[in-house]
Amino acid sequence: MLMSVTARLKRDRWIYFLMAPGLLYFIIFKYVPMWGLLISFQDYQPYLGFWKSPWIGFENYRMFFGNMEFGMLLRNTLVLSFYNLVFYFPVPIVLALLMNEVRRLVFKRAVQTLIYVPHFISMVIVASLTYVLLTTQGGVVNGLLEKHTGSSIDFLTSPGWFRPLIIAQTIWKESGFGTIIFLAALAGVDIEQYEAAYMDGANRWRQLWHITLPSIRNTIVILLILRMGDVLDNGFEQIYLMLNPLNREVAEVFDTYVYMMGITQGAFSYSTAVGLFKGIVGVILVLGANWLAKRFGQSGIY
Amino acid sequence: MNTRYRTLGGTIFDVANYIVLATIGIVAVLPFLYVLAGSFASDTELTRRAFFIIPHSFSITAYKYIFSTDTILHSLFNSLYVTIVGTAVNLIFTVTMAYALSKRGTWGRNAIMNLIIFSMLFGGGLIPTYLVVRDLRLLDSFWALMLPGAISAFNLIIVKNFFQELPPELEEAARIDGCADLSLLWRIVLPLSMPVLATFTLFYAVGHWNNFYSALLYINDPWKWPLQVLLRQIVLLSQMAAGSADSVDYNYVQQAQQSIKMAVIIVGTIPILLVYPFLQKHFAKGVLIGSVKG
Repeated sequence: MLMSVTARLKRDRWIYFLMAPGLLYFIIFKYVPMWGLLISFQDYQPYLGFWKSPWIGFENYRMFFGNMEFGMLLRNTLVLSFYNLVFYFPVPIVLALLMNEVRRLVFKRAVQTLIYVPHFISMVIVASLTYVLLTTQGGVVNGLLEKHTGSSIDFLTSPGWFRPLIIAQTIWKESGFGTIIFLAALAGVDIEQYEAAYMDGANRWRQLWHITLPSIRNTIVILLILRMGDVLDNGFEQIYLMLNPLNREVAEVFDTYVYMMGITQGAFSYSTAVGLFKGIVGVILVLGANWLAKRFGQSGIY
Repeated sequence: MNTRYRTLGGTIFDVANYIVLATIGIVAVLPFLYVLAGSFASDTELTRRAFFIIPHSFSITAYKYIFSTDTILHSLFNSLYVTIVGTAVNLIFTVTMAYALSKRGTWGRNAIMNLIIFSMLFGGGLIPTYLVVRDLRLLDSFWALMLPGAISAFNLIIVKNFFQELPPELEEAARIDGCADLSLLWRIVLPLSMPVLATFTLFYAVGHWNNFYSALLYINDPWKWPLQVLLRQIVLLSQMAAGSADSVDYNYVQQAQQSIKMAVIIVGTIPILLVYPFLQKHFAKGVLIGSVKG
């Protein structure tokens, strides 16, 4: 049954009425800013506005790629992502496997209740806890260190400690919650498989290797691929809160650099160029990761 | 879940496993326990004893101090306001649009879906969004904390898929009984969606309460700071200023402030812990709905 467009519009007018607020939201806060990316080709002056600011072509990009800081930002961003992959990514998997071996449900629930808490705590609180516990001025960790070794460590400002701290925060905050998706996959395994394996003489290690791990392999692969899609995202809040002038050489990443150059120093066009560069690389990575996911027989995200 | 059988190695593993997991569980909350204890301890005790969970002498000086001015109370109120109104905005925007998109055969529906999906992939980023908020004269307004994130495209799609899966017979029956278009949503669809909406309400609300980024960007007026910004100001920034000073006297002042910082952290954490039982009931569901692709 074909109806003319006007007839359909009229019939569905209340649907459009309901759609209007959301549609306006996407236009104003998602699509107008995309168009605003054009200021990266301008020398944007706030008092002139978008329409009157002069166009300068790729000058901002030339400045950014020719800048000494570009290498530092790229390295810091990638190193943090790599550390995250190596040191954080396996933790929820191992934790879920350990929890899967627990037979007392009361104990398992109690552990779950405790380890999910940090996920809901704000990054500001996480950073605050880190500061209060690790400060050299009356922090408990340095208090203990001084008691036993006689010297304290300046965790918060020394560049060498920045990356370990960030990864430790992530592990503390997210590895508990990260088990949920694996526990769900593990709950789907048929107990009869374990019984059959036992009958065939497989011990618990072999059961782990031949039954448990294969059941979460797909989940692991897809999460790994998704992680690849956002290697350039380090989480602005966390880095920003832990960043200070003394550890900047290892701490500054693209996101914090855009904030500092754009909001703090008012270089709108230049920082928009940095943001657009990051955004485009991000899209390529996400689409590439999605393509890979499909090749692995997963349904993909887009 | 393994078949029950006992070997020596298995038993040793089990015991070790229980100990490891119990330790991990404790580590997850230990910083809070210590900070809670510290916030009630005297400053001399914080200096003298390295680590403790129960203070020798119980004092509420730190809490008296932080509530002696209305700075903290005011920012608590700001956070509460943004969380309540902001979550309402999230729900209204998300539900209306999700319901409209769940209706098949509307002209332009596919194009709009594509626009939404593209916005998940690519965006204007920090500065262009900031300029839009500024040009709308929303800087230093609570709306700047609520409108730019009014809809999470991801949540929108999940709610839309949920609406699509409701049996169409229900709506048809209601329509025959004389239910008009808008009251269909209000009287039939929403009551059926309560469990899903409860999950998203909690997720949006926790997001607002914990949000630091938007306030950092859009709110300069200290009177309008939500709790997270004030917390950072009190705990982190005073710390950095102290980083350069190392005289003994200054250290003593810093020590004196530890218990105050701890009290502020506790005040910032308690609201989340209060809703945690509800969160726990819903989040596993939320995570799992999220992983189902529609």
